[in-house]
This record gives sequence, structure tokens and C-alpha cells, in this order.
Amino acid sequence: MMNSKTVNEFNCELVIIGGGPAGMAAAVAAYEDGLRDILILERDDNLGGILRQCIHNGFGLHRFGEELTGPEYAYRYEKMVREYGIPFMTDTMVTSVSSDRVVTAQNCERGIFKVRAGAIILAMGCRERPKGALNIAGHRPAGIYTAGTAQKFVNMKGYMPGKEVVILGSGDIGLIMARRMTLEGANVKAVCELMPYSGGLARNIEQCLKDYGIPLMLSHTVVEIHGKDRLTGVTIAKVDENRRPIPETFEYIACDTLLLSCGLIPENELTKAAGIALDRITNGAVVNGNRETAAEGIFACGNVLHVHDLVDYVSEEAAIAGHAAVRFIRGEVDKSLSLSLETDGKVRYTVPQRITELADTKIYFRVADVYRDMKVTVKAGDKVLYQKKKQKLAPGEMETVLLTEDMLREAAALSDKLEISLV
Amino acid sequence: MKTRELTCIVCPRGCDLIAELDDNGTPIRVTGNLCPRGKTYAENECTNPQRVVTTTVRCEDGCVVSCKTNTTIPKSLVLEAMKVINSTVAPAELAIGDVIIENILGTGADVVATGRKSI
Repeated sequence: MMNSKTVNEFNCELVIIGGGPAGMAAAVAAYEDGLRDILILERDDNLGGILRQCIHNGFGLHRFGEELTGPEYAYRYEKMVREYGIPFMTDTMVTSVSSDRVVTAQNCERGIFKVRAGAIILAMGCRERPKGALNIAGHRPAGIYTAGTAQKFVNMKGYMPGKEVVILGSGDIGLIMARRMTLEGANVKAVCELMPYSGGLARNIEQCLKDYGIPLMLSHTVVEIHGKDRLTGVTIAKVDENRRPIPETFEYIACDTLLLSCGLIPENELTKAAGIALDRITNGAVVNGNRETAAEGIFACGNVLHVHDLVDYVSEEAAIAGHAAVRFIRGEVDKSLSLSLETDGKVRYTVPQRITELADTKIYFRVADVYRDMKVTVKAGDKVLYQKKKQKLAPGEMETVLLTEDMLREAAALSDKLEISLV
Repeated sequence: MKTRELTCIVCPRGCDLIAELDDNGTPIRVTGNLCPRGKTYAENECTNPQRVVTTTVRCEDGCVVSCKTNTTIPKSLVLEAMKVINSTVAPAELAIGDVIIENILGTGADVVATGRKSI
């Protein structure tokens, strides 16, 4: 913790907003490059972010070569932050970021304070899509939670939100909570998914639903909420190919709890207020290969940039941002290139969206639907720079392509655009 | 030849596995796996399915702390293991890795703390 109490304006070379997996990995990368003047600002009472409540395992296979639970994974990074002595403030809320890199924040100890930063890394993570955004008819009784809220109640507070459960949405948190609630004695009656496929990982459908005989009802949604003070049941329905409920399929399910796992939205209020351009599809900032946003010296990584499936990839991306921020502070970033990445619709989005530096660049992307036996293709003009066969691609699973320095040099000579497509 | 289709749960890739079984239901060939762990998983899954249990345990001061079995246990014992864990009261001060229950249900697996307390 920083001790000087009264200075309400100070300078810091690197300010990192958010002390979850992305913020911590970015800080560690910057520290390992020799930067010492770093400050992590975290609104919760400890470092770790959402991993603190993700007590299931499956984290860290890529990053640490072993299977860890969320709190264990977070602790690996927290330990590095503490051992390196990287300064951080918890219980601290950032209220604004300006494009000229002034961060305004507040906490009980200091009140409101401003930090003039050499570089900023945005690592605020994401939040769940709430019920209000889903437009379901009915009252607003108790018993309706986002899956992540229920996860916090069960795993961190030790409270069970209910006994008879329906889950809407088959994102990974919903699947994980179906198992978690079952283990704690609840009866999970169904997981309804609007789309004809699950947004969660195949392993979670297997080990969280099939292991416990919980039905996954694809192309189904909740059309009505019953109960006034407490939820008493929901009406579910099958949907047609336009995702409209089919009236003949309405079915009532008695339940006292409805969990929503309907997608995650990057938490970009600060980014938007700073006037930084966002990508319409990712809901995160538009960035270059260094994860630098349209505002010079402001970087973004982790779930605030785009929602990841695996924290291992968050750490990897955060390290890219951390290293790049140090190079920016030292004036070592080259921006001789100007390539924009285009997609064909089957590929829904890429991160980064543009490449400005001639260096090996890993492209993360997601596809729009389930595709089989396709070739991931990268083209500049008519020239195919990269092609790789894929047996199966699904929207729930992020894919990567590594574009080498040589490919980028070749591309830049041909065009100012790179197209990533499935053929 | 009987076959069984499985989804590998060892890593997030989630390979679609096909296990070819002999007359006793023992796998003799596994395909679809991209790594050797997938083969081991399919063999176990057809003969003696195993799972790691991740849950929480109540502490003396009323808080909960996250914990897990430090190796897999037979899938058929998961709900019974939950009963044992939920009837255990752990010490108020726990560090990550501390053993809370030794050799749960004789499986050879210990239940260890994975997190620290939050208020």
C-alpha cells in the first residue's frame, strides 16, 4: 500500500486500473521489464478479481502446466505482486480516466485524488448481462440472480439462493453454477439456451450437466416469470429459427430460483467517458497488436477488451500490454505499420483490430456459428499468407493465429488490410 | 464392436473421443484425443470414472473457505464426499494448501484449502 496520505495529486509511470488476473499479470510483466513506478487500483477489498469466487478447477493448464482452482490461480499472481513489492491500493474506485492520462480515483484513506500517468492499462474486467436487458415478462420477485451473483453468495458468503433452480443461458458460469447448486443440495431442473448451441465449453456440458443428469434445452428460452414476492415458477418455450417463442411449446416449471447466464459485457464506462473508440462487436476498445487503444499510451487487456474463455489467455494478453506499456514509457514503440484486420462474417471479430508494429503478432478471434472442416485463412489482397485446417470451430471457443513479422512485411507491401476468413 | 462417445474434460479443448470397447466394456482403442491424457481419461471414464471435487467448507468462525480434493476420487463418491465436507468444521485460520480432511472416504485424496477467507 502507498503510505503518503495527504498528496492528492501525484505522478506515476504506470497506472493499472483493476487488480484481477489481467491487472496483476500486466503489473508483473512491467515489473519484470525493470519498471518500478507502478500502481494498481482495485475497487474490491483484495486483489484477485472474479477468480476469487471461481472455486472450480481448470485454470492454469496453459500458464502453469497444472490444474488450479480460481483462487489458487489468482494467488500465484498476488504472491508475485506482493513479493515484487508492486504498489497497489484496494477499496479504491477509479471515477475517470482522461485521454491525456490523468486518472481520478477515491478511497476512504485519501479521499479524491488524481494520478498523472506515463501510461495506463485498463483491466476492469466485465460484468454479467442483467435481467433488465433480457426483456422477460412478469413481476420482479426475489429469487432471480445472475449466475455470478449466485456464485458469490454460495462460494464466498456460504448462502444458498434457493432450492429449485432453472438456469437461463448456457455460458460457462451458468454451467458451473448448475453443478455447484446441485452439489449443495439444490434441484437444478433445466438449463435453457436460446441458441441452438451452448456458449459454454464442451467439458463443462459434460462434467457440470451430464454428470448430474441436468437437461440442456437448446433453442429454449424463458418467456414468463411467475410469483410476486418470491419466484414461484417460469414458463419456458422452444424458439423458432428466428428465435421467436413457439406458443404451442409453452411449459410451466415450478422453481424458486432463476439464474441468468446470458453473456458478459466488458465494463468500459471509463473507456467510453475518455472518448476512446470501442469495437461494436467486442464492446471493448479498438486496439493494435500492443493492446494500445486509440488514445496514445492507454492500453487495455483481459475481459475489458474482449471476453475470454480462459484466464490463461487473459494473463498472456495482459503481459503483452504490460511489456508494451513499458516500451511506450521508454519511447521504444515503433508505429511504422498500418494494417487493419477485416473479417468475413464467419469470423465475428479479431483482437487486435489493427497492427502498427512490425513484430510477431498473435491474433485472437471468435467465429459466429459452429463450423466444421474449414480453413482459417489470412489474406492480404489476393495473396494467402496463412492457412490452417480446423475440424471444428465454435463461438464459445476463442481461436488464435500467429502472424509472423515476415508475413506482416509481405502483407504491408501488398495492402493496408488483412482479411481473416473461413473457407 | 461397441463404441462409446465421450467429451474429454481434462482441458478446455474438450476433444470428442471415441472409445472402442471389448465385450467386457473395457476400452481397447481410443481415437479423437489430441494428447495422451485424453486416452487415459477415456479409459478411466469407461471403467472407473474419476472427478476432482471443488467446494467450500464452513470454518469455526462461520465463514466459508474454498477447498478441493487434491486428486480425483471415484465419480460415484462425489455426493457422499460432499456430505462429509459439509459436516466438517475447519479451523478459522487456513492457508492455501492446508489439509482439512485426510484421505476422504478412504479414496487416498485429501481435501485441501484452495482459498482464503473473505468476510
